Amino acid sequence: MMLRAATRGVVNGRSRLVRGFQSSAAMRKEIEMFIDGKPVMIEEGSAIIQAAEKAGVTIPRFCYHERLGVAGNCRMCLVEIEKNPKMAASCAMPVGPGMRVITESPKIKQAREGVMEFLLANHPLDCPICDQGGECDLQDQSMRYGSDRGRFNESKRAVEDKDIGPLVRTTMTRCIQCTRCVRFINEVAGTGELGTTGRGNDMQIGTYVTRPLASELSGNIIDLCPVGALTAKPHAFTARPWELTSTDSIDVMDALGSAIRVDSRGAEVVRIVPRTNDDVNEEWIGDKARFAYDGLKRQRLTVPLVRSGAGRLEPASWADALQIVGQRLRSTAPEHVAGVAGALADAEALVALKDLLNAAGCERLGVDSASGSASDSASGSVSADVRSSYTFNATLAGVEDADVILLVGTNPRREAPVLNARLRKPFLAGTAVFGVVGDACDLTFDYDHVGTSARDVDALANGSGAFAQALRGARRPLVVVGAGAAAQPGVAAAVARLAASLPALVTCEWNGLCTLQAAAGRTAALDVGYTSCDLDSARFVYLLGADGAAARLPPDAFVVYQGHHGDAGAHAADVVLPAAAYTEKAATFVNTEGRTQRTRQAVAAPGAARDDWKIIRALSDAAGLPLPYDDVSGLRARMADVCPSLVAADVLEPTSPEVALLALSRLAKSSAPASDAVLASDIADYYMTDAISRASRTMAKASAAANGRLASGSDGAKAEAMRM
Amino acid sequence: MFARTRLFTLGTAARSAQARALRPLSTSSIARSSAIFVHRDTPENNPSIPFEFDAQNLAEAKAIIGKYPPQYKKAAMIPLLHMAQKQNGWTSLSVMNYIAKFLEVPPMRVYEVATFYTMFNRSPVGKYFLQVCTTTPCELCGASKIIETIEKHLGIKVGETTPDKLFTLVEVECAGACVNAPVISVNDDYFEDLTPEATVSLLDSLKAGKPVTPGPVSGRQNCEPLGGQTTLTTPPPGPGFMVREDL
Repeated sequence: MMLRAATRGVVNGRSRLVRGFQSSAAMRKEIEMFIDGKPVMIEEGSAIIQAAEKAGVTIPRFCYHERLGVAGNCRMCLVEIEKNPKMAASCAMPVGPGMRVITESPKIKQAREGVMEFLLANHPLDCPICDQGGECDLQDQSMRYGSDRGRFNESKRAVEDKDIGPLVRTTMTRCIQCTRCVRFINEVAGTGELGTTGRGNDMQIGTYVTRPLASELSGNIIDLCPVGALTAKPHAFTARPWELTSTDSIDVMDALGSAIRVDSRGAEVVRIVPRTNDDVNEEWIGDKARFAYDGLKRQRLTVPLVRSGAGRLEPASWADALQIVGQRLRSTAPEHVAGVAGALADAEALVALKDLLNAAGCERLGVDSASGSASDSASGSVSADVRSSYTFNATLAGVEDADVILLVGTNPRREAPVLNARLRKPFLAGTAVFGVVGDACDLTFDYDHVGTSARDVDALANGSGAFAQALRGARRPLVVVGAGAAAQPGVAAAVARLAASLPALVTCEWNGLCTLQAAAGRTAALDVGYTSCDLDSARFVYLLGADGAAARLPPDAFVVYQGHHGDAGAHAADVVLPAAAYTEKAATFVNTEGRTQRTRQAVAAPGAARDDWKIIRALSDAAGLPLPYDDVSGLRARMADVCPSLVAADVLEPTSPEVALLALSRLAKSSAPASDAVLASDIADYYMTDAISRASRTMAKASAAANGRLASGSDGAKAEAMRM
Repeated sequence: MFARTRLFTLGTAARSAQARALRPLSTSSIARSSAIFVHRDTPENNPSIPFEFDAQNLAEAKAIIGKYPPQYKKAAMIPLLHMAQKQNGWTSLSVMNYIAKFLEVPPMRVYEVATFYTMFNRSPVGKYFLQVCTTTPCELCGASKIIETIEKHLGIKVGETTPDKLFTLVEVECAGACVNAPVISVNDDYFEDLTPEATVSLLDSLKAGKPVTPGPVSGRQNCEPLGGQTTLTTPPPGPGFMVREDL
């Protein structure tokens, strides 16, 4: 009785904050088994190889991969099970209670040696010219299980190489047919163009018809390939793994902040590969994150440039350039000063620039449009008062728990391909249904195309249509709004009205209303307080790596561009201040979830380029407005004052549902009418979104291949793609 | 002195010749596959050639798909490919693409199946597709002779098509008619108990467009013994045969 009264009280008091009974993922019974006599507790249904991992025993394998389906075709992971007459493939054999497994015995060694001998029978002896050499599973395991001489006197099988685009180089004769790449493309990437053709000794991996891979995640098959059959085309023949210096860092090509490892040799980044971070990118990264690094070597700004009387940008010393900018800043009336934060701006620079411009009396600080296009609205109408109105509240890992998912004006395949792979998981498991408002495009999962405009979002809020009913009945609904769409007039209000009609969307334990940012520097900029970006009547514009804003600069404004690439912003500037790119500085980035992460410096910045915040600090002296910090710890202390989350690395602090709902209710009352404009994704071309990827030759080729210019183009273009 | 030098030179030449003979570069013949497992656009096989089921096949295809739950449409892939091959004569890229669209699967899933099974012909075949069984029983009964005869008579090798596009000759594994070996399957019909002469007359009849009767050419009806029955030659005994009289 009391319980009921209490429940009613809650319902009456805060009708939206009902604590529903929600079940978590079903836990399976744990059983005990023994690996080499060592007891292990593991979930029922796991494979023996997983139990062995848990017991600290590594079983050699080629085809098995934790994040892919089980194929069981390489037979390298054979183990003995007590009382079993035959050896079993440990990746495909489920554990049983009391099972006793032996992972090392003469019999097992002999069996694995047999498997290895068969694998090597057809594998070429080209390790000296193979890019995988030094990090090759076959090479490593043949050290233990391989014979020092072969008994195979026949000719080896030869397979012709495949042309699968400008990113992945194939040497199919090296393939041992583990099918990891096939399973990745079919299960995770979801584009399904890789497969096995033929049978027996003639079986080969390929696409059958010559075509580039359509997936934005295609580079991951290079990491998955246990041999040198699939290697990185841009990295071909450049370095051996033991020559490289590895630096753990964070990717900034999209707003996910995927964990990456930057491999460098000397002053040059030669490779970027993913690291495992289960909360963000699992162990995948998009092709732009992996291959845009060659853009770091092109179009770089290496010395300060000042526009001369003749209208040319001439090299200048740091002192001169800063003096000019400082004087100009002091002599311009504060109401005519504006600052624009670009897509790749780090939190240190954002805070320093805001401090400097605020010290000069200026409050006009805005963010660049995400796509770099000349979209005039930018993020003008984004409400940045409450953090939950611009972050991905459900968390990236949380999308797997959602049961009804609505995507509004976003194409996650282009904006965050790794997130798209995550969205595919509940689709494959059959635990979620999808709806899309916006452009109809291939997302690698089936969805209900509910509409195209903000008006259709309103229709969903009114409950019309089957999908609206599904959304209403959902236990964990998820609404993902693209950052570009959210900035369009009337969209945020329509989404807020939709949220008001869905009691399960924002509760104590689930906040399913998410904004998907497209730029790595955006969340931190909004956190710090960059919002509107109205450049009308501005006389002094400070572009912090902002290239999109270059198209709408007032003609008589004095423009300062601080950044690392000679892109649109630098062309429009009067003074160019060269800065470090993300691989050249230890800087803070906040991903779309609101997760603070730091990059690490892998290589030195080229020429006279300096860390962004140091440039601003030096400029503050030149302008006679010295900032109160001289080193990075002082700056970080200031960041902690401005926004504590900026220094709490890898911590997610969810906005409380009360505050989130308050922000939504204010937005819903907005009078902006819902329009019929199509809510297209902000990003038209995945491969060319920022200054780095626009400078990258690899990305240009990938873009051409994706747009069909290479695939159906002349044989000459194809031949060039093969050569590279 | 001169003689010795000459002798020496000769000796070197002889030794190097011997060395060459002892160490051949290649140790075995190269085993080539009988088919290629990638597609290359040709005038007769490219994705721009249209293909779709005719009305009768379309109805049948829908009936076949109807046997499976809607999410397992792809289970109908092999029967549909067979039907399409029958309609088109061979399994072209357009046929495979059409089936993929029909079953709503990525085209690669169809390519995988069509390349796995050898009975899907991914290159054009002649009007009469001669499949000569060369597995052990047929081979023991003279399948090689039959192949030789056909090759000589038509002037083509195994795997080739005659210039008039009438005949394609291939070797196949067991046709399942061992008791009537050797056997050729011409399209869907078996011609059994073949001799070189019978094969030639079969080919001539086919070439001339004369009607041919499938089955054993030896005069057998089925697979009964060739020289008449050797057992069960007497009438079967009646009831009570071999039963004790007191019962």
